[in-house]
Amino acid sequence: MRDLTNEILELIRRTSSSLPPDVEKRLRESIEKEKPGSSARGALETILKNVELSRAQSTPICQDTGTPIFNVHYPVGVSTIKLKAQIRSALAEATKRSYMRPNAVDAIYDKNTGNNLGGDDFPYIHFEEKEGDELIIELMLKGGGCENVGRQYSLPDNTLGAGRDLAGVRKVVLDAVQKAQGQGCAPGILGVAIGGDRGSSYIKSKEVLLSEMGTRNTDPKIAELEEQLTSEANQMGIGPMGFGGATTVLDTKIVGLSRLPASYFVSVSYMCWAYRRRKMTVKGEEVIYD
Amino acid sequence: MKQLNTPISDEAIRDLKVGDSVLLSGTMVTGRDAAHKWMIETFVKKTRPAQGDDMQVYEELKKLLNGSVIYHCGPVVSGLDTKEYKFVAAGPTTSIREEPYQADVMKHFNIKGVIGKGGMGAKTLKGCEETPGVYLHAIGGAASYIAQTVTKVYGVFKLEFGVPEALWVVEVRDFPVVVTMDSHGGSLHSVVEESSKKVLEDLLAK
Repeated sequence: MRDLTNEILELIRRTSSSLPPDVEKRLRESIEKEKPGSSARGALETILKNVELSRAQSTPICQDTGTPIFNVHYPVGVSTIKLKAQIRSALAEATKRSYMRPNAVDAIYDKNTGNNLGGDDFPYIHFEEKEGDELIIELMLKGGGCENVGRQYSLPDNTLGAGRDLAGVRKVVLDAVQKAQGQGCAPGILGVAIGGDRGSSYIKSKEVLLSEMGTRNTDPKIAELEEQLTSEANQMGIGPMGFGGATTVLDTKIVGLSRLPASYFVSVSYMCWAYRRRKMTVKGEEVIYD
Repeated sequence: MKQLNTPISDEAIRDLKVGDSVLLSGTMVTGRDAAHKWMIETFVKKTRPAQGDDMQVYEELKKLLNGSVIYHCGPVVSGLDTKEYKFVAAGPTTSIREEPYQADVMKHFNIKGVIGKGGMGAKTLKGCEETPGVYLHAIGGAASYIAQTVTKVYGVFKLEFGVPEALWVVEVRDFPVVVTMDSHGGSLHSVVEESSKKVLEDLLAK
């Protein structure tokens, strides 16, 4: 396969500066739910002005360009060593061009590397071999503010009265939203993983966020819980930026995993309104962006 | 909509109430996690000896921050090679991480306004009453929009902390913020936290 560094650079530019249309649409719909003249409505108006401006200027929607999370689905025979090198060099170039903020800080020595390249863990890249000839690269940029309000619960949780069932899952997810207040840049999108070990549970709670707004779980029982959680979270009145208001959560996505008999983890990844996720598909010589 | 210019008088601060929208103009300094830890350890508590240019920067900061504003922001900056700095994206970062330091930093430097997002806690609220000062909430994530209000970058201190963590001295014009913590003990954040907690308790009881 040919060198894709420039095409990946374009994916990064798009992801950082152009909010996906489904997210923008949901934000626009939310404005009508907030009282005219309220701080909540003002916040959403500013957010939308910013979305337009960032797209027009190719500047970052948010200065925290986050952890770059790449999900690569590659056909048989493609070298992941080469792809990884191309992703890393595209990211360094994107940083030079101010599409990305230098965000990789050595945690032991407090040193910012200046080019967004840390050790093997930064950027985060997941490779998955797939059938067929297409290569698909998905990218999500997840900022630190919303990452910090993510939570993991081990059920049963006595303080919340949450048992090892979907009723218990509901309780802990609502608790996570209340504890987050506006700190994760509400209105947020919730990625929830039920089961797994501590690591896989958190990873899947982010992966589920790669799907489009409004995508429901194929299991009707889980789909119903997704809708219920969004609606109940909004009853708490935290609102955009935590200013108080009707819009706290835009959508909830749940994924069920396998768990050990002894463990019942619920992981909640909170995604800020700046829900930056984009995709590129390589078909032969052609590169298609979503 | 109120207009405010730095430096801000005590009178103007006392006049601000939770919920007021403000357009802020003038010189301010960015500072976040590394900066607050460094200021507290080196100049306030003096648990760490001053090193390198620390004391020179301290003298400059005392002048710049007196009566002025600190902005919790880790910007995207262009022109790093040529030192012709320009803010490309400059929204607020989450403020609560500075809760252990903020009140002492405010009092030490006579800082009248803290800009950030997400609000702060009881210690900072008390600091707002005593200094007096206010917490000004900017719109999280509105980075390109806010960067347009930054009309000039005068310079930078402690660039060795990294671009996001350095202290950038900037001029802003009509920077839009909302007062969410005032100098009279009012905090929108504690109100929303309390009311949402009550709703949560009802939901959990179902």
